[in-house]
Amino acid sequence: MWLTLGRRIGGLIIVMLLVATMVFFLTRLAPGDPAALMLGDQATPEDVARLRAVYGLDKPLLVQFGLWLKEVASGNLGQSIFLQRPVTQALAERAEPTFFLTLFSVSIAALIGIPAGVASAVWRGRAVDQIVSGLAMLAANVPSFWLGLILIQLFAVRLGWFPVAGYGDPGAPLADRLGHLILPASVLGLVNSALITRFTRASMLDVLNEDYVRTARSKGVSEARVVLRHAFGNALIPIITVVGLTAALLVGGAIVTETVFGLPGVGNLVVSAVLRRDYPVIQGALIVVAAVYVLINLAIDVIYTLVDPRVRT
Amino acid sequence: MSPTLLFFRRLFRRKLVLAAALVLLSLLLGALLAPWVTPFKPDAMRLARRLKPPSDVNWLGTDEFGRDILSRIIFGARASLGIGAAVVAVSMTIGTTIGLFAGYFRRLDAPVMRVVDAMMALPDILLAIFLVAVLGASAFNVVFALSIVYTPRVVRVVRASTLVVRELPFVEAARALGVSTRRILGVHVLLNVASPVLVQATFIFAYAVLAEAGLSFLGAGVPPETPTWGTMIASGQQFADDAFWVVLFPGIAIVLAALSLQVLGDGLRDMLDPKLRKAL
Repeated sequence: MWLTLGRRIGGLIIVMLLVATMVFFLTRLAPGDPAALMLGDQATPEDVARLRAVYGLDKPLLVQFGLWLKEVASGNLGQSIFLQRPVTQALAERAEPTFFLTLFSVSIAALIGIPAGVASAVWRGRAVDQIVSGLAMLAANVPSFWLGLILIQLFAVRLGWFPVAGYGDPGAPLADRLGHLILPASVLGLVNSALITRFTRASMLDVLNEDYVRTARSKGVSEARVVLRHAFGNALIPIITVVGLTAALLVGGAIVTETVFGLPGVGNLVVSAVLRRDYPVIQGALIVVAAVYVLINLAIDVIYTLVDPRVRT
Repeated sequence: MSPTLLFFRRLFRRKLVLAAALVLLSLLLGALLAPWVTPFKPDAMRLARRLKPPSDVNWLGTDEFGRDILSRIIFGARASLGIGAAVVAVSMTIGTTIGLFAGYFRRLDAPVMRVVDAMMALPDILLAIFLVAVLGASAFNVVFALSIVYTPRVVRVVRASTLVVRELPFVEAARALGVSTRRILGVHVLLNVASPVLVQATFIFAYAVLAEAGLSFLGAGVPPETPTWGTMIASGQQFADDAFWVVLFPGIAIVLAALSLQVLGDGLRDMLDPKLRKAL
């Protein structure tokens, strides 16, 4: 088990290195000189040259990459051009809403998706299955930002049940701030429940056809116990995977929803950085999001070994 | 019965798939024939009739400049579906080529797949918005960015199928007969991985339509003056409190397009993959 884990971690480090390489070189595709871009139209050539020297932009590209990689590996993601502070600090300040939004969205998605998927598999081909599959298909194809706008109109503007946007006063109690997440988390939960539903249904169908399920039934185990214990227990691994991957992709994928609801999260930071061409912030955010994705993947692997004794050997 | 006719008869045996194909066809026809089928010019402003609710003149209402929403949705289909189709064409061509090579030549497999893993560690919309930010917002760059985002998916699918096909006896037979590697890959293997690629194409089309709308909404897509479903929602959102139709109808167009592509893709997969059909 430790050997597999070690090999996995090695693979993850390679993936992160590749992500960093991509992020660095793709940024350099940008037309124009980053230093000139930072200084704006008024800058003299001397100013630009000075800034190029400060940022090391006058060195060969590969040297620049090496220096940058060293900094990133030691946890320094550089300085934001517009926010006058380190990128890591800017990201940390925005982490709270994104963290809770992801947590709530995944919980909602799992609470909808897993029971719906199980029911759909158990009553395969019946009305329940057709309704669940149809709704899941619909949910997967609704743009989250649009659903957000519609729900804001319905529940916030017209009915007044929820705040329209924002994250409340920073000094307010946590519960108050979290109240602002109910609507956006419902949108993301609904949209992302589709994939979990489909995966749960498929893996339950696989398991329900297994011999041991037939054996359990034939020795008179109650149907509820067959489904919940014998089948669901064994269908868990793909379900854990898809829930974990949903969480991993939501960390960065929620950017559109954060914008719609005016949440001051990481996604919002990225969008404003994109519009202002604040490259260090974009690069930093991409690397952190990829790192979270990779770490959640590792966590999924560890959970496997805890849930399924067969993987341990 | 000709094979083509048989193909469509089997595909459309499920009424839902037929309905999806018809919706898609009408959207495509609307996009192609937009100047002839729209009741108004998409950019004809009539400020006296701004933000009017749906009526018998403007079936889906008017926007903040008094432009006809139905006409703009039909013209918007050109950009939205056009970008989607271009993304499919580019990512399919590049992804299939890379996937064939990665699956066929063992030595290429590991390095290619690590790069694919790295690209898939970044959420679609985040990678796309980053690329558009770097390259500048234009329809061409949106296609470029989304093609980079979706190519790894194609590579994965094609590589997985190629790994299976490579070991089949007919490939070995072709090799033994002295057929060139180019021909084995370009004809024998390609034809046998074609169905998962086709299914993937419809899914990527749907994802691309959704992603383009998201990018345009964030202001990192096509320029806001071009009518696409995403830009319509983006510019309409500040008027949504008084005129919900400005936001509602372009969104329904996105859902219709993406949903029918997905249903069609599912239909194709069920028909082309006998293993999966059994599970239904």
